[in-house]
Amino acid sequence: MLRDEDRIFTNIYGWEEFGLKAAQKRGDWDKTASLIKKGRDWIIEEMKASGLRGRGGAGFPTGLKWSFMPKEPSERPHYLVVNADESEPGTCKDRDILRNEPHKLLEGCLLAGFAMGAHAAYIYIRGEFFNEGSAVITAIEEAYDKGLLGKNAAGSGWDFDVILHRGAGAYICGEETALIESIEGKKGQPRNKPPFPAMAGLYSCPTTVNNVETIAVAPTILRRGGSWFAGLGRDEKNAGTKLFCISGHVNQPCNVEEEMGISLKELIEKHAGGVRGGWDNLKAIIPGGSSTPMLPKDICDHVHMDFDSLREVNSGLGTAGVIVMDKSTDLIYAIARLSYFYKHESCGQCTPCREGTGWIWRIMTRMVKGNATVDEIDMLWDVTKEIEGNTICALGDAAAWPVQGLIRHFRPELEHRIMEYRKMVA
Amino acid sequence: MKKLFEINADYQPESFEFTKASQKKAADIIALYPKGRQQSAVMPLLDLAQRQMGEEGAKAEPPHGGWIPRAAMDHIGDMLGMPHIKVYEVATFYSMYNLAPVGKHLVQICTTTPCWLCGSDEIVQASKKHLGIGMGETTKDGKFTLVEVECLGACVNAPMVQINDDYYEDLTSESMKELLGTLAEDMKPTIGSQKGRKASMALSGPTTLEKQAKKAGVA
Repeated sequence: MLRDEDRIFTNIYGWEEFGLKAAQKRGDWDKTASLIKKGRDWIIEEMKASGLRGRGGAGFPTGLKWSFMPKEPSERPHYLVVNADESEPGTCKDRDILRNEPHKLLEGCLLAGFAMGAHAAYIYIRGEFFNEGSAVITAIEEAYDKGLLGKNAAGSGWDFDVILHRGAGAYICGEETALIESIEGKKGQPRNKPPFPAMAGLYSCPTTVNNVETIAVAPTILRRGGSWFAGLGRDEKNAGTKLFCISGHVNQPCNVEEEMGISLKELIEKHAGGVRGGWDNLKAIIPGGSSTPMLPKDICDHVHMDFDSLREVNSGLGTAGVIVMDKSTDLIYAIARLSYFYKHESCGQCTPCREGTGWIWRIMTRMVKGNATVDEIDMLWDVTKEIEGNTICALGDAAAWPVQGLIRHFRPELEHRIMEYRKMVA
Repeated sequence: MKKLFEINADYQPESFEFTKASQKKAADIIALYPKGRQQSAVMPLLDLAQRQMGEEGAKAEPPHGGWIPRAAMDHIGDMLGMPHIKVYEVATFYSMYNLAPVGKHLVQICTTTPCWLCGSDEIVQASKKHLGIGMGETTKDGKFTLVEVECLGACVNAPMVQINDDYYEDLTSESMKELLGTLAEDMKPTIGSQKGRKASMALSGPTTLEKQAKKAGVA
């Protein structure tokens, strides 16, 4: 278990004020200028050494991502964009940073922005997080008042602005190029890549989009050293600490910061009060937010919560939103409800996703009743494979994977439902 | 469940103006974005229009909540130098813009899987029964509109609802009914967990941050 002195988010539950005075007592904004004075290359090298991988779901190495921004200044400004459009079902970690630790995020914006040559950051927060956004605005105003943002931010010699931009209800805006379109005042529809945002992002300028948690852990990493962060976790590719969200059929649902690579069972039993009715009452777990394929109990018994361990079992760490389902769960409905979610949230730009998410949902709705034939399970699998990889963004994949997870591990349950339905109507 | 955007519906007002206070806010919003990029302000301005309508609606008889008339979209398009259709495109894309009148309290029940696992069906049933309306409908007194929404990102506090700007979490059928009763009397209910827990901490108490928990008096 992670030691308390290695936890980054010491006010994650909002026991103390989120404001500047309390944040500074917790260590935020401590000698930020001295970190900046070490230079852009030092920051990027420390981030690389830390092994930090993006906390928004894809897990791309953060230091490497920052290094993609052009080194030489041009007439085009650089932008940092923070993705606070947290909407992946099962995920509610960034919300706690935004409302309880906003100064970690703002200090991270300055450090990351400086490292990528940006003088401005836009924080794109989902519109539903109204109160969380208001906390961030208060924190931004405090930071400007005390000279931590604005001209010569925190006495670093670097000018830096932070602007909060509220979304208005669209899961797709968590996709980085859809998010950029949305800030530009358009529908949130993803762009074709290339060009990648580091070349042409917000207002066609070099842009890096990072998740809230990724940016908020940066100040502590830089203060304590990349090697400290790299020393935590499972190995150099699965390093550091991570915020986990444990929802569903557990006795004590909660968010908690733990070491990357903690075993799934330990995570649930130590922090979430165990599975309702005991571990043996477990049926399946979605380990990393709704788009990651579910795992049956026998895999949950021994799997570890990190990028590579979960990839090895055909799933993923994603956002680390752990959705626990006990034996009472109708898994077919649980996944059908996610299929509805993806159908609802498809932006409609790519045909495989626009049409395919509807197909999946309609077949899944029949599967819930059992009003289907057994070979339609194979057809459903094929539909998911036709969508996967054939769309501009990953929403199509995200719609396909949960259904694939269901078929992969619980095909007999689908078949049983079909047989029961036949008996009923016979 | 959302009402469609009907540009010629009889509830559409002839014109829309921002109030003096909104005009000042609008100018501040536009100034946040680089010169020539004022289109970026379209989302915050749509939100501003919806809020202004909501403030006026709270005092109206019968009351109504915030929504965006077509005239407001046209006005915002003119302010930002955008063709009206581009504003309609944005307004119809995002789920939080109400394009037709709604009740004073917009009750949005999350029914996505994590909330469903924790009993969101019961919250839906209790709300329908208490208000005497179905999903997508508005009570006759104009006070409540009931809708189902997708994941609101408070999954460890499931089941939960959003009513206007605020989240109400850790609900049961009983606490949901109480919540609606409190709002019906124009009183302000407690925001957040209805079981009294702090944010996303385990209800039984924290499992980490021993020193901080002692200091905060929660351990």
